[in-house]
Amino acid sequence: MTEFFQSLGMSYEWAWGVATIAGILLIALPLMLSVAMIIYADRKIWAAINLRRGPNVVGPFGLLQSFADGLKVMLQETIIPSAANKGIFILAPIVTFTVALAAWAVVPFSATAVLANINVGLLYILAISSLSVYGIVMAGWASNSKYPFFSAMRAAAQMISYEVSIGFILVCVILYAGTFNLNEIVLAQKGHGFGIVNGYFFNLLLFPMWVMFFISSLAETQRVPFDLTEAESELVAGYQTEYSSMSFALFWLGEYANILLMCVLNALLFFGGWLPPIDWAPLYYVPGIIWLLLKAFFFFFMFSWVMATVPRYRYDQLMRLGWKVFLPISLLFVVLISGWLMATGHYGAAA
Amino acid sequence: MIQTIAFYIFAVLVIASAVMVITARNPVHSVLWLILAFFNAAGLMVLVGAEFIAMLLVIVYVGAVAVLFLFVVMMLDIDVAALRAGFVKNFPLGIVIALILLAELVLGLSAYRVGAIELGTAAAGEAPAMVASNTGAIGGLLYTRYLFLFEAAGIILLVAMIGAIVLTHRPPKSKRGHQDIGKQVRRNPDEATVMKQPTVGEGVEL
Repeated sequence: MTEFFQSLGMSYEWAWGVATIAGILLIALPLMLSVAMIIYADRKIWAAINLRRGPNVVGPFGLLQSFADGLKVMLQETIIPSAANKGIFILAPIVTFTVALAAWAVVPFSATAVLANINVGLLYILAISSLSVYGIVMAGWASNSKYPFFSAMRAAAQMISYEVSIGFILVCVILYAGTFNLNEIVLAQKGHGFGIVNGYFFNLLLFPMWVMFFISSLAETQRVPFDLTEAESELVAGYQTEYSSMSFALFWLGEYANILLMCVLNALLFFGGWLPPIDWAPLYYVPGIIWLLLKAFFFFFMFSWVMATVPRYRYDQLMRLGWKVFLPISLLFVVLISGWLMATGHYGAAA
Repeated sequence: MIQTIAFYIFAVLVIASAVMVITARNPVHSVLWLILAFFNAAGLMVLVGAEFIAMLLVIVYVGAVAVLFLFVVMMLDIDVAALRAGFVKNFPLGIVIALILLAELVLGLSAYRVGAIELGTAAAGEAPAMVASNTGAIGGLLYTRYLFLFEAAGIILLVAMIGAIVLTHRPPKSKRGHQDIGKQVRRNPDEATVMKQPTVGEGVEL
């Protein structure tokens, strides 16, 4: 895109600056729109499973419900509790929202449509997702209130625990792909299963890793059944109890942007990203972004499905699952996969 | 041009937030400034082309170490006034430590200018030629030239980890309070509940 702006007669610096800002807007604005629609889809799916109708009043089929909610929230008064630590209280939702958007910089939507095609893309996503805990911890502490603080403590422990096993699962994918670059990881999955199926899920060693990654991404985004940070029965509304109006909406948007990111990551790492599911020439006429969004929406449907059917975990069960089940299994699979790759001469070094 | 602007932004922010770490009155604010300093240091590393190190800095220091710092500091009820009471008394000691650190920095930098230190095996595995990504280059160096140092570091970490587990591990003293998740999950309604139809005025006998 920089070349395009340079062809309009700008100097390289200006063209780069304008192109970057245009790229950010091109990703962030559709993302916000899709967050609004995905919240609607979430409520509809959830309602359908519960045999309810869900939002159906605002606009055709209730499609505009999220926008009505957004407008309502925007018109409300922002309340800052007098005992709160003002600066951090205001900063916390901004951090959450910014971090949720920043991770999208390295997501490849098709072979060329990626804002920053960097070599350490996957590490960048891991780094950014480890930052997202700060928004919650800051919110919980700055509110100067019991329940948000409990919630923040839970969130921090939960996210650190599951990041460890997510790290190991990502190592498995990286071992197979041989690169941290997300675009190259997608390309490495081309024809992975018998030369026909595009995607690492078709691998007996990587399929269990995908199941664990899916469950860990539920825990990482604090979705049901791991939404202990927002356990209404114990913690009112968790870390966002004291928040109102736009600051609350920023948490909400950030949360759903993170969920979408995890859905897209599931698609990118295990289901061939923007490649069609089958390596068959006519399917490549469909643009890559359509495949990616279809896959991401499929995972989002699974997120909603889980939310509507599974009861909440107890906190000790959550910690046990993370540390005593997922960590050893993912570590075992790192050993198994690297052993398999060495034995089959994947790296040109057959033992 | 872009790099220069980015460098000055990152550098100024690193120094400013490092100063704020020691001058902030609230310890939680100090930790948050420290996190900002880490983050901007990672930005500087990206600028010199060490993107792998930069990401590791964010993942390890910001994502894990600083979270635990923040955890501890938030739980403690630190009286800042009491901490500052000893400022004058400890001032000379602080100056001495600062001077030692300064001397070490000067020594280290001048030693660095003289030439690289030869560590690890002597020419057993020569460093491979620089490959395209610095992730590959770091991996190549760690597993050839610095293999023994790398593995020694790994063993030290393992020992530290086992030590921490041994220090904090307490075997359950009594069966009370011990949970067997498998047993809890295996329970079914038939063996866990009893249906009773008490008549009016009588209690339930179990």
